[in-house]
Amino acid sequence: MIEVIYILWLRQLKRYWRSKARLIGSLGQPLLFMVAFGFGFGPMYARASGGANYMDFLAPGIVSMSILFTAVFSGLEVIWDRQFGFLKETLVAPITRTEIMIGKTLGGATIAMIQGLVVFGLTYLLGFRAASFESLALGLLFMFLIALFFTGMGLTIASKMKDMHGFQLIMNFLIMPIFFLSGALFPLQDLPPAIYFISRIDPLTYGVDGLRGALTGVSTFGVYTDLVTIAALSAFICIIGALLFSKIEA
Amino acid sequence: MQNILSVQSLTKKFDDFTAVNSISFDVEAGSIFAFLGPNGAGKSTTIKMLTTVLKPTKGEIRINGFNVLKEQDEARASFGIVFQDQSLDDELTAYENMTYHAVIYKVPKKERDERIRKALEIVGLWDRQKDFVKTYSGGMKRRLEIARSLVHYPKILFLDEPTVGLDPQTRKAIWSHIQTLNKERGMTIFLTTHYMEEAEAIADKIAIIDHGKIIETGTLEEIKERNGTESLEDAFLNLTGRDIRDENGASKSKMRLMGGMHGRRRH
Repeated sequence: MIEVIYILWLRQLKRYWRSKARLIGSLGQPLLFMVAFGFGFGPMYARASGGANYMDFLAPGIVSMSILFTAVFSGLEVIWDRQFGFLKETLVAPITRTEIMIGKTLGGATIAMIQGLVVFGLTYLLGFRAASFESLALGLLFMFLIALFFTGMGLTIASKMKDMHGFQLIMNFLIMPIFFLSGALFPLQDLPPAIYFISRIDPLTYGVDGLRGALTGVSTFGVYTDLVTIAALSAFICIIGALLFSKIEA
Repeated sequence: MQNILSVQSLTKKFDDFTAVNSISFDVEAGSIFAFLGPNGAGKSTTIKMLTTVLKPTKGEIRINGFNVLKEQDEARASFGIVFQDQSLDDELTAYENMTYHAVIYKVPKKERDERIRKALEIVGLWDRQKDFVKTYSGGMKRRLEIARSLVHYPKILFLDEPTVGLDPQTRKAIWSHIQTLNKERGMTIFLTTHYMEEAEAIADKIAIIDHGKIIETGTLEEIKERNGTESLEDAFLNLTGRDIRDENGASKSKMRLMGGMHGRRRH
């Protein structure tokens, strides 16, 4: 059981480590966002908030963003496996679908976590600092839970998709709104009711708020509410994913 | 001889289309069984059901005594499969692909390296074990897939068109590997192919499927005698007709005929 999960995990890490272009390429977006938004909106944010530093607000949001994209993409990779035939090799083996789901979730979450850590390192270059060592540890826990939830979500979606045609649909109508309405870039205050509602059912909202709360001490819902929420959601999506995965046919 | 594979009234329906219509057959342990049929006849659907990739609508399958639907993992451990389409991870080395397979098939750790080495030696790829699969030619990939399917010592090996798209040298090499496995290890072989002369050369028993039904079964001699033909290819053509098939099962001339009928009705 453990070894099966380990080999599935190892395969994903090897693939990730070997595609250096993907590794480096995926740093471009968070870096651009941090520089463009950080320096572009920084002065405005400082004026509106009465002197607060926008980078402190933005950095946890951008770290969450890079984890979100990497995690969803890792989950959706199963669709490539299906198209290139490798999924069949795994599906006819005498292992349970739950083992496959766990191995793939942990693999994708690890990759997203690594990506998040690299981006977190970049925020340090741009002047961001965590409040204390303990807050860093709690921050890492949040990063991992965000990674876990969105890998699980990617896998759940992938178990229902036959090919990559729906990829744009998912990116533009699901992942982008999840990112923009999570409070990663701007505070979720004084919003129109519809947007307010969406932001409250957006799972990333609690991840971003928790990570920000952990690292800088400023949160809307309270760090422990966020922690319970995102942990419960992660468990939930993994169970749903495992159920759907048990029904897939190659 | 006991039956390693036993199929009872196996049926698969896709909406209103019946791809496989209540077929039954047995495969003796240690034999080479060729499963033939035109494109869209139901071959691949059958293999998919036999190898647990697709759930049957009805019927029973037993592999090595295990019920494929109820004792899925035991059945899965009993067979090896080389799929019609490639199923290797290109971004891994040959050895890594083999290890992945050995682990998910729960081959004991201390036997793993030895079994992988032997399997790669059988297909002549041991000296290329460290290369990435993406650098392999089509024939090498096929040989690697065959080697991979041997690592967990299957009792029966399914080969779905293993030689399609390969040059004559590679095809010959692959069939000689397969015959060696059958003779020396007593491994049962279940194969599909469109090359009649290949089936003729190695199969102990042949079944021909068309429109989801098995229309002929027996040894090569029996089939030739019953159909009064010199070769398997002629018998095959007599049985299944000479129309060119689409993948979805309808023959072209039948569709033309239907088109003509519609045309007439309109006038």
